[in-house]
Amino acid sequence: MSTGELIIDDLRAGIPGQEILRGVSLTVRSGEVHAVMGPNGSGKSTLAHVLMGRPGYEVLGGSVSLDGIDLLSLPTWQRARAGLFLGMQHPIEVPGVSLVASLSAARAPAAPVGPGAGAERPDIGARMEEEADRIGFDRKMLRRALNVDLSGGERKRNETLQLGVLRPRFAVLDEIDSGLDVDALEAVARRVEAATTEWGMGVLAITHFHRLLDVLHPDVVHVLSAGKVVATGGDELAEIVDRTGYAAYR
Amino acid sequence: MRERPDILTTFTPQNAASLPGGAWLHQRRAAAAERFASAPLPTDKDEVWRYSRIDQLDLDRYRFGPTDGSGATPSALVRALVDGLGPRAGLVMTVAGTPTTAAAVGPVPGLTVTGLAGHPEAETLFGGTATDPSDFVLLNEAFAPDPVIIDIAPGTVVGDPVVVVHVVGASESALFPRTIVRCGASSRASVVEIVVDPAGGLLGLDAPSGTPATGTAAAPPRHLVVPVTELQVESGADLSVVSIQATGPETWYLAHQASRIAAGAVLTSFTVALGGSYARVRTDSALTGVSAASTLRAAYFGQGDQMLDFRTLQDHQAPRTTSDLLFMGAVAEQAHSVYSGLIRIRRGAVRSDARQTNHNLVLGEGARADSVPNLDIEENDVRCAHGSTVGPVDEDQRYYLESRGIEPEMAETLIVAGFFEDIADQVPVPGARRLISRALAARTGADRG
Repeated sequence: MSTGELIIDDLRAGIPGQEILRGVSLTVRSGEVHAVMGPNGSGKSTLAHVLMGRPGYEVLGGSVSLDGIDLLSLPTWQRARAGLFLGMQHPIEVPGVSLVASLSAARAPAAPVGPGAGAERPDIGARMEEEADRIGFDRKMLRRALNVDLSGGERKRNETLQLGVLRPRFAVLDEIDSGLDVDALEAVARRVEAATTEWGMGVLAITHFHRLLDVLHPDVVHVLSAGKVVATGGDELAEIVDRTGYAAYR
Repeated sequence: MRERPDILTTFTPQNAASLPGGAWLHQRRAAAAERFASAPLPTDKDEVWRYSRIDQLDLDRYRFGPTDGSGATPSALVRALVDGLGPRAGLVMTVAGTPTTAAAVGPVPGLTVTGLAGHPEAETLFGGTATDPSDFVLLNEAFAPDPVIIDIAPGTVVGDPVVVVHVVGASESALFPRTIVRCGASSRASVVEIVVDPAGGLLGLDAPSGTPATGTAAAPPRHLVVPVTELQVESGADLSVVSIQATGPETWYLAHQASRIAAGAVLTSFTVALGGSYARVRTDSALTGVSAASTLRAAYFGQGDQMLDFRTLQDHQAPRTTSDLLFMGAVAEQAHSVYSGLIRIRRGAVRSDARQTNHNLVLGEGARADSVPNLDIEENDVRCAHGSTVGPVDEDQRYYLESRGIEPEMAETLIVAGFFEDIADQVPVPGARRLISRALAARTGADRG
């Protein structure tokens, strides 16, 4: 298991005309789970999308590196190949494109970027079924078009399944807990936590709520407010936030 | 209005009259040719030809006349194409307009497949459904050398499709396929009709990589193809028709499909347009009896400087009729597509339900899609829904796939293939569905992933 770092350094970014992230710095090491909590509008989802390079966001300053690779200079697909994964808050419907087709394409040979990229896993179908079973995702869903006619909970399991098949170096999980019932939350969180030991995946879990963290056991908790990390601590910080709210951090 | 050339050198009444056939047929052909020759050619100033390239049509460049068809045999590629469709109840194949001796299938009780001469009601069936003879319908009536009648007796269920294949001839030749289907009361049948240029590189013929013949050293052949298909669906009958246009990149294709659907009858029509320089399909579907229903589907993919042009009419003439139209297409490079459709609900067609949807993907900077849905409602108690979309590949969908490590080009290929996947699943004949899925995959590049 190699060790590596996802280093976010003084990241400033937003949408045209509006700076949302005003200098975010944090470092996630391989195998660590970091939680990012914060009130609505604090920039949590912006952070997730800027890391992945979603169109419509712009970077104003700072840097992001993954195992020494400058992520911000890469297009989205190369960030993914470098080992970054984003579990989306609102996974997007892609009509007519099945999970098996997309994961096969995702694993298709391309110019390798970064360590671990392009590692061949020959039988993607078997891998998918194994991952589906681990999180209680109906195998029938594997042939369906991506996210089409899936419930909110099924979409999150689908994201988690893809994470399990793609085995990223670092995963950003944007409210992976929203829309999940307690059982599904358990299954998803356990799968993510297992990945931290199975292949040393680092996790940046963005969440509103403590209940995800009860299962995911973060090593570090950050509170994001108005586009900055205003507090960093251990698991106890999440409990404090859960009890007292974000008022103290605004 | 554009003036006729002083003398049409090819499509003259004399030439129409020279075709073999009985006395009534001679008379019909001559009359149609006279009418065609006496009216001005349409222009794009005419509403029904708006956006089209009709002004560029040069009829006199094409030759007509039975070429030396003696012993015409389809190539091995074409035979493989037909065999790939799977079991069939009957087969009609023409090469350069000449019927071939392609192996027929053993007789199916209640199904007859004949030429005009072989059918006692030919005179009424020929032109019995395509009753609005304008422009190119007239031209087809005058010059169709060998119309085919597919007649399904009342109550007959024909499980496998009747396959009709027209293979184009030499460059600069004109082809006038005419297919007449009568689906008798409470019968069920399906027809697959293909117009193909084997040199066109479509349908997996002659081009394993799926690349079209455009840009190859030899100039692609030029054809004029003017097919007319008449579909008479009698009460309680169920007819499925698949029409595949796979002509070469320099071909002019001017097709008309007319249908009349009687009480309680169902028509399912699926049209695929891939080839052609200018390729137009006019689909007129009349729902003439109570509770008649039509499902009209089309998939098209234009590239190069192709223009694919669709005009549709869902004509509700009786109460509680339903029509459901979905046309989906993509245009790449400098291609242009047109969809113009009209839902007409006539007085008395109460509780009719009509849907009309047209989705277009525009994949190139120079590509363009026009979509013009229209309604003409003369009755109150009806349901109508129409909608259209024209736009590039969805940016969010692309982002989602790229976020999984999929290269942009592959992401677009997957999305475009996915766009066609749903509609290709609706092809009503299984063998044709496989063929169409493969042909669309070759166009989208999905077969190379």
